[in-house]
Amino acid sequence: MQRLSNLPDPPNSDEKWKGVQLVMRKHGQSPHALIETLHAVQHAFGYLDRDSLTYVSDALGVPLSKVYGVATFYQYFTLKKPGTHNCVVCTGTACYIKGVPKLVEALKERYGMALDEVSADGSLTLQSACCIGTCGLAPIASVDGEELGRLSAEELLDKLEEVIHGDA
Amino acid sequence: MTEIQSVQIITLTIDGKPVGASGGETILDVAKQNQVFIPTLCHLEGLIPYGACRLCLVEIKGNNKLVPACITKVAEGMEVITNNERLQRFRRWILELLFTERNHVCSVCVANGFCELQSLAEVLGMDHVRLPYLHPKFVVDATHDRFVSDNNRCILCGRCVRVCSDIEGAHTLDIMGRGIKARIVSDLDDDWGNSPTCTRCSKCVQVCPTGAIKEKGRRSVGEKFKHRDVIAHLAEMREAAREED
Ligand code: SF4
Ligand code: FES
Repeated sequence: MQRLSNLPDPPNSDEKWKGVQLVMRKHGQSPHALIETLHAVQHAFGYLDRDSLTYVSDALGVPLSKVYGVATFYQYFTLKKPGTHNCVVCTGTACYIKGVPKLVEALKERYGMALDEVSADGSLTLQSACCIGTCGLAPIASVDGEELGRLSAEELLDKLEEVIHGDA
Repeated sequence: MTEIQSVQIITLTIDGKPVGASGGETILDVAKQNQVFIPTLCHLEGLIPYGACRLCLVEIKGNNKLVPACITKVAEGMEVITNNERLQRFRRWILELLFTERNHVCSVCVANGFCELQSLAEVLGMDHVRLPYLHPKFVVDATHDRFVSDNNRCILCGRCVRVCSDIEGAHTLDIMGRGIKARIVSDLDDDWGNSPTCTRCSKCVQVCPTGAIKEKGRRSVGEKFKHRDVIAHLAEMREAAREED
């Protein structure tokens, strides 16, 4: 048996760490549990911050740089706190040909940020995806999980204003 | 049950010449023993083979896929072709892609004259590049008091990562991200100079095939002489010590 049950203390008192620790225990706290554990952290907190990465490194005995390498390799993991709303723009081939660069340009003009960034006020995350799988509807973006096909720049901007200001 | 493992003897041909090998050896091992040159970049004697650069691709009769010689084990009756027009063309393409991906400007590089990328381009006759250069602008990390990491000259061979983790046991360096954005980081992409894990052993400097990791104080062009065989020596000594235990 390896050093089960003597996991180091989590970085803060958030109850959600219990779930993460459970995942580590379930996998014998072995370095092989890295991806599962990062999944659990991402799921619990919505992103992986420095403290979490350091904790996972420490708890599983995986070097910091390796944890960082894995966390930045997979698109599923995010290292920045996500915005309240989220917009995924497909940059796959079909969407690209059908005019996604125009959408990206319009987003940049309106919000002053590129894909894979979070707005300064924390209200919006822009993400890119390399094919959402419904190329027939190109160009596609999804706003808070709702897929919008055959999209024009105006429609996308209107939709985003609607969800962001719906909060206010 | 202790029994003396009998070494399996394998016969194969390399470029038509019959050669003998023992089971478990790679095509590259056997080619070297028989003075057959196969170009390599990510491979380094003493490090665990990685198969990343694909420069060592060879043909095997009856197999329509090319295989990397550095990680492919020899097999009985194998007919290996290490060099022909097609392989040379592919190898030159790989080099061209490497040259365009980062900023390999030899005339202003500390590794000029000691660079494996440069010398392979010479040996394989890659004398011009047909693709546009990407000219990336990676931040150079010069925070360490002894070393500099310049991702603009990195070919992502992973030698520094492997020597740091497998030989030194520090694992300060690793590769982050993917694709053309992939780069070498220390710890959580922190300043190398403040790394709590770096032991300042300088093995990464010795193994880096280009000028991507260099020692400070070497400002001029062509100063980066390296002792690459030191890693094979260390690995061998370690193996010997283990066997004694
Ligand atoms: S820094 Fe040098 S040794 Fe490390 S991956 Fe890049 S080229 Fe290879
Ligand atoms: S030397 Fe074989 S893949 Fe790099």
